[in-house]
Amino acid sequence: MAGVAVSTTINGDNVEYLCQPDETLLDVLRDRLGLTGSKEGCGTGDCGACSIILDDRLVCSCLVLGAEAEGRRVETIEGMAHGDTLHPLQQKFLEHAALQCGICTPGFLIAAKDLLAKNPDPTEEEIRFGLAGNLCRCTGYDKIVRAVQDAASAMKGA
Amino acid sequence: MNFDPRYSTRSFASVGTRPIRPDGVDKVTGRARYGADFNMAGQLVGRVLRSPHAHATIRKIDTSKAEKLAGVKAVITAADLPDLTDGDAAMYDILDNCMARKKALYDGHAVAAVAAVDARTARQALKLIEVDYEVLPHVVDVDEAMKHTAPLLNDAIFTEGLEEKPTRPSNITKRTQFGHGDIHEGFGQADFVVERSFKTEQTHQGYIEPHACVASVSSDGTADLWVCTQGHFVYRQHCAQLLGMEASKLRVTSSEIGGGFGGKTHVWAEPVALALSRKAGRPVKLVMTRDEVFRASGPTSATSIDVRIGARKDGTITAAEATLRYSCGPYAGMWAEIGAMTAFACYRLENVRTVGYEVLVNRPKTAAYRAPSAPMAAFAVESAVDELAKEIGMDPVEFRIRNAAQEGTRSSYGPVYGPIGIGPTLEAAKNHPHMKVPLGKNQGRGMACGFWFNFGGQTCTDLNIGMDGSVSLAVGTVDVGGSRASLSLVAAEELGIAYEQVKAVVADTSSLGYNDMTDGSRGTFSSSMATISAARNAIKILRERAAQMWDIPVDDVVWEKGHTIAKGEKYGNLAALSLREIAAASGKTGGPIAGHSELVADGAGVSFATHICDIEVDPETGATRVLRYTVVQDAGKAVHPTYVEGQYQGGAAQGIGWALNEEYIYGKDGRLQNPGFLDYRIPVCSDLPMIDTQILEIPNPNHPYGVRGVGETSIVPPLAAIANAVSNAAGVRMTHIPMSPPRILAAIVAERGG
Repeated sequence: MAGVAVSTTINGDNVEYLCQPDETLLDVLRDRLGLTGSKEGCGTGDCGACSIILDDRLVCSCLVLGAEAEGRRVETIEGMAHGDTLHPLQQKFLEHAALQCGICTPGFLIAAKDLLAKNPDPTEEEIRFGLAGNLCRCTGYDKIVRAVQDAASAMKGA
Repeated sequence: MNFDPRYSTRSFASVGTRPIRPDGVDKVTGRARYGADFNMAGQLVGRVLRSPHAHATIRKIDTSKAEKLAGVKAVITAADLPDLTDGDAAMYDILDNCMARKKALYDGHAVAAVAAVDARTARQALKLIEVDYEVLPHVVDVDEAMKHTAPLLNDAIFTEGLEEKPTRPSNITKRTQFGHGDIHEGFGQADFVVERSFKTEQTHQGYIEPHACVASVSSDGTADLWVCTQGHFVYRQHCAQLLGMEASKLRVTSSEIGGGFGGKTHVWAEPVALALSRKAGRPVKLVMTRDEVFRASGPTSATSIDVRIGARKDGTITAAEATLRYSCGPYAGMWAEIGAMTAFACYRLENVRTVGYEVLVNRPKTAAYRAPSAPMAAFAVESAVDELAKEIGMDPVEFRIRNAAQEGTRSSYGPVYGPIGIGPTLEAAKNHPHMKVPLGKNQGRGMACGFWFNFGGQTCTDLNIGMDGSVSLAVGTVDVGGSRASLSLVAAEELGIAYEQVKAVVADTSSLGYNDMTDGSRGTFSSSMATISAARNAIKILRERAAQMWDIPVDDVVWEKGHTIAKGEKYGNLAALSLREIAAASGKTGGPIAGHSELVADGAGVSFATHICDIEVDPETGATRVLRYTVVQDAGKAVHPTYVEGQYQGGAAQGIGWALNEEYIYGKDGRLQNPGFLDYRIPVCSDLPMIDTQILEIPNPNHPYGVRGVGETSIVPPLAAIANAVSNAAGVRMTHIPMSPPRILAAIVAERGG
């Protein structure tokens, strides 16, 4: 099968790659570009571990084709911190111990970043529904919700 | 090495604080490497062909077409994994589960595997493998499988544990019995007796990370395996035995693990990946799909349990008995046995008897799931206990307090308890503000208790002190939820240095002695014991080195707060030497300074919890909502309280999913109908409230700091606590888990009289 040439922007960098027409963006990120921070938990869009932001929209990268990234902006977990300064959400996840095994964490952070970009002052219920597309099996979500609440406060104060 | 593990009262500087975990930044930035995040040069993609039948004889497998496909580098079947188990029945079962030999025993059972240059080629190759099946009758229900008329999974199984060997084979592999006293006499003394039957459906651990490994076998017979596992030393042993290798030739590195909960204590794909790599002569990466995870790995037992409990009017239980039937999948297990041991462990009973039956069914091999077997037994027993309290007219908490086990109680499974936390967790629950929150219409409150044994086991730890005085702690227990943080705290505590001065890693199998896997809530309990022992051995050397530097007898040197101090007035002018100073001089005083520890961590203190929850039931639809949830549990000593809370909350959330929603649904054809997160729905963020926690600390006398395992007990009470809450809200006793909306609605309709 002939490859598709794609030119896109990932975490602010111009990136070009060849991919198969049936290859998911998640597989491109992980297997072709070495960006393994996005995880595959299901491959069917049910767990959110592969969450990325595509042109300001939160998507499961396992449900997007690599070819569809042409000319668009992709944000992944690898682009969330600025140098060695963590994003407030990353910092609050650490402080609140909002992760145990950590496999869902990149997806949660991306989803929470998207949530706070659209709703900087969410209620607990809005956080819970905003993150309902991401599965965590370890924490029971309590500390995740608290970390997002705390990060929202910190980001408002900043 | 002489090591005294006994608890002594002490104050703590590091233990009990809540620092950020050492592996945290890597996990929030995406740098942490899990099972599927590792690659090797020249690596192939492995894929497994699985049986679509629940039960079938494999007459023939033709792999010739697949082998001819361009890009296919190896195709294997059971013939490539010859039986080297030498009469070890348990290992033979593992081998047969990794790759079916004569029969496929469940939908999803591996029958062949390929390694190819890419995923597409591997998938195409699977389609070219021709398997000639003779489909056989199957059975998936635990009660059906026990009947004489049920299809037999294995005609060499004759029930063990009966007085006489049965004359015909059956699906019941074993009967076990526990208890003491005379239950007939006990029931004779009872004024009230409750007798009920319960069922629970099969659930999956539901870890978000599918099983993944990279195997690389060299032509010289050595091999490397990178894998997400709860026990890389055990994986090494099993893989080496199944492939006919010496264990030392196989180095297993445990990746970061994306959840296990017991499900990553068994090998499945790893021996297959190694066999593919051996045949292809190249590294092979094998990652399960979510569909494969559900169909072929994991699940816990489905159960059928009868309980009978009798009590006097004054609320004293006089007799208790239970019969527990647990599905094992197609291979013998000890799941009902564990259920039978835990069932009445919370109570002080004169007369108790439990009987367990291990039952083979055409479902995936049962794997451990967090306090395996205990939640189902607790569901049945704690439901009956609640009902009995109601019949007597006692408050359910008071009734439990009256009958709770205490120090000195002979447990229902045999041993006599030391200091335990069941009474204190019940008292704390009774006094918890949660109990006073008013309930509205269609809302109910439930509570329940839970017990778990906890485990210790073989543990080996190295503590190496660098020339700069920083400390490398190498442990062999996989970190499943923050144990590198807690073990760093323990090393810092014992050495009297800062937490930041310690870096803990999980060492590979070639760098450290054997460790049992991280199961039985043993990670922090056993590795902290080994860390304390290693630190004490290092301190002994540090004192010797200081004595040498000062040129005084070592007996006059003591260790305090990270320094050596010369004891006695005659040494008044000697300034204390810090760990850093001694380490800096080590090259001239005898070389590297390290402390090692190899021990069997005996004395894991038993663990108890009491949970309270409030549920609202919609009587029109049977839908439920969890309004409030509180966990009270004994931790012995909480090393890192935030991660202890996390264990309590996580176990409760898994229990909530199990109680209300999760179940394996099989079609009439014996195929799993819901092998994905869309239809096997685990709780999401919007399903749950905050989960309140209360940590009690009743020191374990067999650990220097009093630590008990905390990971598993939290999943034991929820099924029962929620069943009691739903029953109170709906006004009808729920006896079948999960209490999904259709089941609740059916129970309400039946109670109304149709």
